[in-house]
Amino acid sequence: MNLQDHNDLMLLAIAGAALATYALRIGGLLLADRLPHTGAFKTFLEALPGTILISIVMPGIMAAGIWGWIAAAMTALLARKTGNTFVAMLAGVAVVALSRFLTV
Amino acid sequence: MSVTFRQGACANLPVAASVAAYGSVLGILAAKQQISWQTLLTMNLTVFAGSAQFVMVEMWLPPLPVLEMVLGVMVINMRYLLIGASLRPLFAGRPLWQKALGMHLVADENWAVTMAAHRRGQGSVGFLLGGGVCLLTVWCGGTLAGHRLGAIVQHPEAFGLDFAFVAVFTALLVGFWRERSDWLPWCGAAVLAVATSQLLPGKWYIVCGGIGGALIKTGQAIWRQGRQAAEQKVPGGSGPCA
Repeated sequence: MNLQDHNDLMLLAIAGAALATYALRIGGLLLADRLPHTGAFKTFLEALPGTILISIVMPGIMAAGIWGWIAAAMTALLARKTGNTFVAMLAGVAVVALSRFLTV
Repeated sequence: MSVTFRQGACANLPVAASVAAYGSVLGILAAKQQISWQTLLTMNLTVFAGSAQFVMVEMWLPPLPVLEMVLGVMVINMRYLLIGASLRPLFAGRPLWQKALGMHLVADENWAVTMAAHRRGQGSVGFLLGGGVCLLTVWCGGTLAGHRLGAIVQHPEAFGLDFAFVAVFTALLVGFWRERSDWLPWCGAAVLAVATSQLLPGKWYIVCGGIGGALIKTGQAIWRQGRQAAEQKVPGGSGPCA
């Protein structure tokens, strides 16, 4: 395969990936705009941020094992008490890092 | 605009170090696959989605499997359909050009930070954009540093940096708790996400858990409304006509 063909494929792959990703991002918003602004769908949309976030974190916590649970609990507690995301995050990371340092 | 933009950028700084560290890992991988830094930068600016870019770079062996790559990216980024939908209240009343421009810079991190701020009555489109530009900058900086100089951190996991994402999202999650009836949708989402992550590859667990949990919440609301309507029909004796 010559270089020109490779460059064409490269461009195609990046353009395709960029378009697909953008279509999903803007598509979600425009689709929601067209759906009802009251009632059941509104409740559904308002519940989404919380349920998406918990879905993002759960497999990660499980993968980190018992220390993952401890770190997550500490992070949540600190976030609640201090309201400082950065401090809460640092504590969680420190617990996991320490546990790995000690077990290796 | 500029004040909220700056606030949004600063609010994303807690996660910036991790984004840069993982960017540098991607940069090294890209250099190994003989991807030029210009190509990598183009990908950063146009695709701007971390896990999808990792998949693309891993599949980067000539002749490039373009169709498989694009399909893989679509599957991983399917969650953006939900994330985009959930941003409706933030973009309410904004002109189309702001939606079109703003949505390109939506990543998991600045979305979560902005929605949490919106809950407190602060988040705005400018805040979201500020976060997006902050993440894009560190993402580009991290990937290019990795590509040109080698990894900032060889094994981010050793320092718990992989958990940084989990920790930031956990800290933000706390702000979304509203009432005791949230237990069921949240537990439902958690169980669905864990089960899906065992069964399906990629990021389907976010889509399944997110939709499932929100459907439970919607079901609860409909059931509560139905019960209230039934109670109103029952003659109580305490009404004004009694």
